[in-house]
Amino acid sequence: MATTDTGTEVPSAISAARPDDDAPPGIGPYALAWRRLKRNRAALFFGGVFALIVVLCLLAPFYAKHVAHTGPNANHLTDQVRVGGKLKDVVTPGGIPIGPTWHGRFLLGADGNGRDVAVRLLYGGRNSLEIGVVATLITMLLATMIGLAAGFFRGLTDAILSRVLDLIWSFPVVILGVALGVALAVGGLNLGLFELKGNSLGVPAVIIGVVYIPYVAKPIRGQVLGLREREFVDAARVQGLGNVRIMIGEVLPNLASTIIVFIPLIIANAILLEAGLSYLGAGVQDPNPSWGTMISDGIRLIPSAIHLTFVPGFMLLFTVLGINVFGDGVRDALDPRAKVRIER
Amino acid sequence: MGRFVVKRLLSVVLVLFAISIMTFLIFQAIPSGDPALRMAGRLATPQQVQDVRQQWGFDKPIYVQYAKTMQKIATGSVESYTQQLNVLDEIKRGLPATISLSVGAGVIWLSLGVLFGLLSAMSAGKFLDRALTVLSLVGVSTPVFFLGALMLYYLAYKLALFPLGGYVKFTDSPWGWFTHLLMPWFALSVLFIGVYSRVLRSTVLDTMNEDFVRAARAKGISERRVMLRHVLRNSMIPVISLFGLDFAAVVGGGAILTESVFGLHGVGQYAAESIGRLDVPPVLVITMLGASAVVVLSAVLDVVFAILDPRIRL
Repeated sequence: MATTDTGTEVPSAISAARPDDDAPPGIGPYALAWRRLKRNRAALFFGGVFALIVVLCLLAPFYAKHVAHTGPNANHLTDQVRVGGKLKDVVTPGGIPIGPTWHGRFLLGADGNGRDVAVRLLYGGRNSLEIGVVATLITMLLATMIGLAAGFFRGLTDAILSRVLDLIWSFPVVILGVALGVALAVGGLNLGLFELKGNSLGVPAVIIGVVYIPYVAKPIRGQVLGLREREFVDAARVQGLGNVRIMIGEVLPNLASTIIVFIPLIIANAILLEAGLSYLGAGVQDPNPSWGTMISDGIRLIPSAIHLTFVPGFMLLFTVLGINVFGDGVRDALDPRAKVRIER
Repeated sequence: MGRFVVKRLLSVVLVLFAISIMTFLIFQAIPSGDPALRMAGRLATPQQVQDVRQQWGFDKPIYVQYAKTMQKIATGSVESYTQQLNVLDEIKRGLPATISLSVGAGVIWLSLGVLFGLLSAMSAGKFLDRALTVLSLVGVSTPVFFLGALMLYYLAYKLALFPLGGYVKFTDSPWGWFTHLLMPWFALSVLFIGVYSRVLRSTVLDTMNEDFVRAARAKGISERRVMLRHVLRNSMIPVISLFGLDFAAVVGGGAILTESVFGLHGVGQYAAESIGRLDVPPVLVITMLGASAVVVLSAVLDVVFAILDPRIRL
């Protein structure tokens, strides 16, 4: 909350509209935020790194077909590959896979099953990013709805919804993810209209999406509690608007900056959690690659083939770091006075 | 004070009951397919599946199933069907490693988080602050199992500075216990140091603008004393409440990734191994106990803080 010159309290979304010292009068809050973001070179650079990784992962089928000439799950256990004029086993009879060749085929080496690491890295990245984004959509959608309903209606609705959120909150994140992962890995999910197979990518996405709901819904509820007492809500009610229209038309737009700040944060955490669950075997299931499953396969072959851990590990680190630094910049840009706080 | 404790205790009992229902729903009610088949494991014979159905009451109405599940957990007679071992005994065996890991890591992350946060706030905008901010962002972005694997490869395998994973009992060899836990402690702490230093940085910056700090300076108190006694003490409240929750979560199984990458044979690793076998009973019990530990521990910490800081009692 910031205070305007007239002394009334305004939420952060509106305070962003307060003219900065260097801003021309009459510029909107989001244009102003964009201006600030453009000045933050570190945020732009890391945002660029993340965008580059996304584009590379989207090009996975192209790379697989035209450069590596193999698929993400194709085994080349008994094949040989030409490196610097010499033929080498992809996987030695002793079970040690080849390291990076820096050529089109096996650019980043092979894994224990003779699969091309670079191809799997890109396909795995697609899966990891897809899960991260879908999970974030689920979290944001449900958390916004829950937070809006709880904060707007208060009373019994709020009591029930808040207790449920507290309940989810009391489970350690990884443990809840693991429990749901194990429970759903065999039979899948069947909620009548909505059905998921046990080994589909939808299962980890739904799990992660649900786990993070309280971390977003609680702050949104708090903000709605404040917003519903404001004059423009009274004005809308006097005009005869119903609850739903007030929530969507009047309150929701004021939550936009909070929601925008949360999106990169949740994507980063969702990708990390997906990797953790997949590492434990409760996330993405074989033979689908993901960065987590690749690291888990790689750790089993330390120390003979360290590249299997290195390659997906650093890719994961750079991706998450990219989103985090960029998201940090977005938060600073939307509300420079906002506290530097990581909601987890 | 007494009223506060009673109220807190009452809510703990209610939440524990809710946790038991939610865990039950996760494992028995939400997934499709035969719960007996899932519980018995992959290699079970039809006779075993029939036994499981009988024991857990899967052929009875859902409230009987819940009652039977709770009864089995409370009496400590839950067995893992893939290993034929008593789950509660296995958890008890893993507890010393898990607690050693969490206590040591908690001390490290709280002290380093506070130190870095304070340094960062005192040099706000300068090089040190920026460097620490970047470091904390790297810290929150690093997957702990990847960091652990790197540590094991470089520090333990290449340089042979530390043992290659595993856990040694404190009673067997205090020094061995220490060296085996040093890498896991730091690996687990990195994420939290990143979070805490940033939270503390922002609260310290807020507190520094308070009137009582100006008053303290005006009295001529040394800068060091102002920072430590006036600013830091008042900035610690959000960090301490965060610490209560995080520490409880780590004890309640949140360190599952750290434990399994370093092979500490704690409760978390037991859960991780059970996942690999899709062995449901251990995961069920650990989930329930983990969440209960979080609730009970944070209630205890709340009471402790209420004694220390009367404002919380309100």
